[in-house]
Amino acid sequence: MEVTLKVLRFNPETDTESHFEEYKVEADPMDRLLDLLHEIKWYQDHSLAVRRSCGHGICGSDAVVVNGVNRLACKILVKDLPSEITVEPIRGMPVIRDLVVDMEPFFAGYRAVKPWLITDDREHEPDRERIQSPEERARFDDTTKCILCAACTSSCPIFWSDEEYVGPAAIVNAHRFIFDSRDSGADERLQILSSKNGAFKCRTAFNCTDACPRGIKVTMAIQEVKQAALYRSV
Amino acid sequence: MLVEPACGGVNIRGMATIEEVYRKKKPKAFEADRSPSKVEVWWWFFMRLSGIVLLFLVLIHLYVMHLVDSGVERVNFEFVAERWDNVGWKTFDWVLLVLALLHGVNGLRIIIDDYVHRPGVRTAIKATLYSATAIAMIMGTAVIVTFDPTVGG
Repeated sequence: MEVTLKVLRFNPETDTESHFEEYKVEADPMDRLLDLLHEIKWYQDHSLAVRRSCGHGICGSDAVVVNGVNRLACKILVKDLPSEITVEPIRGMPVIRDLVVDMEPFFAGYRAVKPWLITDDREHEPDRERIQSPEERARFDDTTKCILCAACTSSCPIFWSDEEYVGPAAIVNAHRFIFDSRDSGADERLQILSSKNGAFKCRTAFNCTDACPRGIKVTMAIQEVKQAALYRSV
Repeated sequence: MLVEPACGGVNIRGMATIEEVYRKKKPKAFEADRSPSKVEVWWWFFMRLSGIVLLFLVLIHLYVMHLVDSGVERVNFEFVAERWDNVGWKTFDWVLLVLALLHGVNGLRIIIDDYVHRPGVRTAIKATLYSATAIAMIMGTAVIVTFDPTVGG
């Protein structure tokens, strides 16, 4: 079958504005959208810039806007798409070229929530295993699935309008440690997320939950973080 | 010469770190205000509580003022005088005034914070909003507190 791809292109060296370019691609219904982008880049127009690494939905490199919604190009199949497909770079971050955006504003929010294990004893190396029960592990299981693809944060209307907002992905990754029984940095993180540009900027638009290619209940995680911040304040 | 990348934020051979490079391009994301404050936590909680309370207050208000008997047609000085002879209704109306004002104004404050980015314009709009709120709050409270049912005679 033949599908038409409309790709939003931008070349910083020649363009002042981005524009759509159309490509006709011969595709199999079981092809991924990523295969079609490869087809264009390898055989039709070498100048197309695309980010991808693993191609199997785990590296988080190829989040794009497909027919208006955020998806991983490697996780969406041609059979689930109409015969005319529009592909745009993810929103809310500066476009470097074509489908490649500058992810640094996204990672600035991520770094702000200290996404690493914080323990009480920071002087000494641990001398025993940090034991955790299956129930304790299950408490934050959902948020361990994040692959930092930015599909959630770049779908968030608050992040579009205000890049100072830490964004849903940062809160998801804070949740992953706040509710981890081995971690003792919950207070530090909740303090950061209680600030002006933290979790309370979320207006529960649910775009993030819809966008997450890993099926994380992002909005629910954010609400749990808000609740924890409130209980900490009482 | 082969240029080594500055990785993990570590400064290699005097090169700018990744963060230094990007700070120049998109400074706001790096200079976001993350200073500790519980103000937003409390406003968020207030919005939930006042939202629940307002749901009932507004429905009762609509029922009493607009649906019972001939609705708003019957509202005149005598009606208000009779109603505000009761401290309970005075309190009801005052709580409705305060919660509705604060709930609405906080919503507007949040929208302004989201969409008005120029500091001067933001301050001007907020100053206007807060002044209007203060005037409405003071006037409403004054009317309820100082209301004299005998004036109309």
